[in-house]
Amino acid sequence: MWQFFHKLGSPKWFFGIANRFMPWLLAGGLILLVAGLVWGLAFAPKDYLQGNSYRIIFIHVPSAFLAQSIYIMMASAAVVTLVWRMKLADVFVKSVAPVGLLFTFLALFTGAVWGKPTWGTWWVWDARLTSMLILLFLYGGVIALDRSINDEKSAARAVAVLVLVGVVNIPIIKYSVNWWNTLHQPATFKLTEKPAMAMEMWVPLLLSVLGLYLLFGWLACLRMKTEILVRERRTRWVKELVLAGRK
Amino acid sequence: MHPIRKKRLTILIFLVAGLAVAVGLTTYALRQNINLFYDPTEIAAGNAPVDVRIRAGGMVEEGSVKRDPESLSVRFRVTNFTDSVSVEYVGILPDLFAEGQGVVAMGRLNNDGLFVADQVLAKHDENYMPPEVADALEKSSKGQHKSPYADKAAESQAY
Repeated sequence: MWQFFHKLGSPKWFFGIANRFMPWLLAGGLILLVAGLVWGLAFAPKDYLQGNSYRIIFIHVPSAFLAQSIYIMMASAAVVTLVWRMKLADVFVKSVAPVGLLFTFLALFTGAVWGKPTWGTWWVWDARLTSMLILLFLYGGVIALDRSINDEKSAARAVAVLVLVGVVNIPIIKYSVNWWNTLHQPATFKLTEKPAMAMEMWVPLLLSVLGLYLLFGWLACLRMKTEILVRERRTRWVKELVLAGRK
Repeated sequence: MHPIRKKRLTILIFLVAGLAVAVGLTTYALRQNINLFYDPTEIAAGNAPVDVRIRAGGMVEEGSVKRDPESLSVRFRVTNFTDSVSVEYVGILPDLFAEGQGVVAMGRLNNDGLFVADQVLAKHDENYMPPEVADALEKSSKGQHKSPYADKAAESQAY
């Protein structure tokens, strides 16, 4: 088990694995996401209360899921950076932070667009919305901190500590709607209980969530490969790879 | 595991656990500020300040909405099924505003216990279903329940 774990730390090994998985992640992700979105936006029945405006849930919920999941993955990678000093873990954090920022922004933006017709306001300072805004700033802070330190190793450690400190925000986002009075409703999409949604709405939502996860996997591999090439540009295997590509 | 890594891991676990406790205690102490609104029980118990801009939230009581035919003025009661508070509002209500729906009103509580709102936001629950299903449920239970999850919704909203 440890051997596999240490192999994971090798950028060259990862490069090969990523190349093998990426087409599958891209194809699977696109198929699921397109199926989920077309089904959800065009064919799923409208809601008895909100009519068609609820359909933004098919973009809002997957983005919000990804925004939080990416942060949890980054925090796990941060532990690996700090404890095992594995380069690949830092490559992951650095590569996916902007993706997390994008999904957090999307979740907040679609939430605001949805809030205007249903709640009657774009924004309200309730616990769910505010903790999500803090997540956006955390992603921004991670990116800024990484850019501001030139030395690769010190940047990796500083960023890892910041990511770990921020991880306490994740349970706050998740449980804010249960712990405090909020305008935001509690979770619809639950993994442990029966969903609070008709099946013909829930299935397309599940498809879009899964599709977006797979697409994220593809994007993470792509961005990590680029970052690895930049970092390892002086090694022999990268030089050989580039030369082989030129032929 | 290598002893140095074990040590680093222990330090990290303590760091995150300590931080979680600190944040937990802070948010617990500030819970009244983090709550978006006062519920009718808190207002009835006199925990809400009078003549200060606050929010009140709960369900619009069935049969309590009275509109003034001459103006945009509307009066209704907000309830959590144990206590309720009267709300007065002048303006356009959100589309989702209806009896039996959740609302959050912003305004001031006057000395007579009337909540004078200057903004009313609709709160909806986490249940979604096609209109036909909602109609069928309404018919079968004669409007007693709005959703198959009504019990759960009442419990999860827990005003």
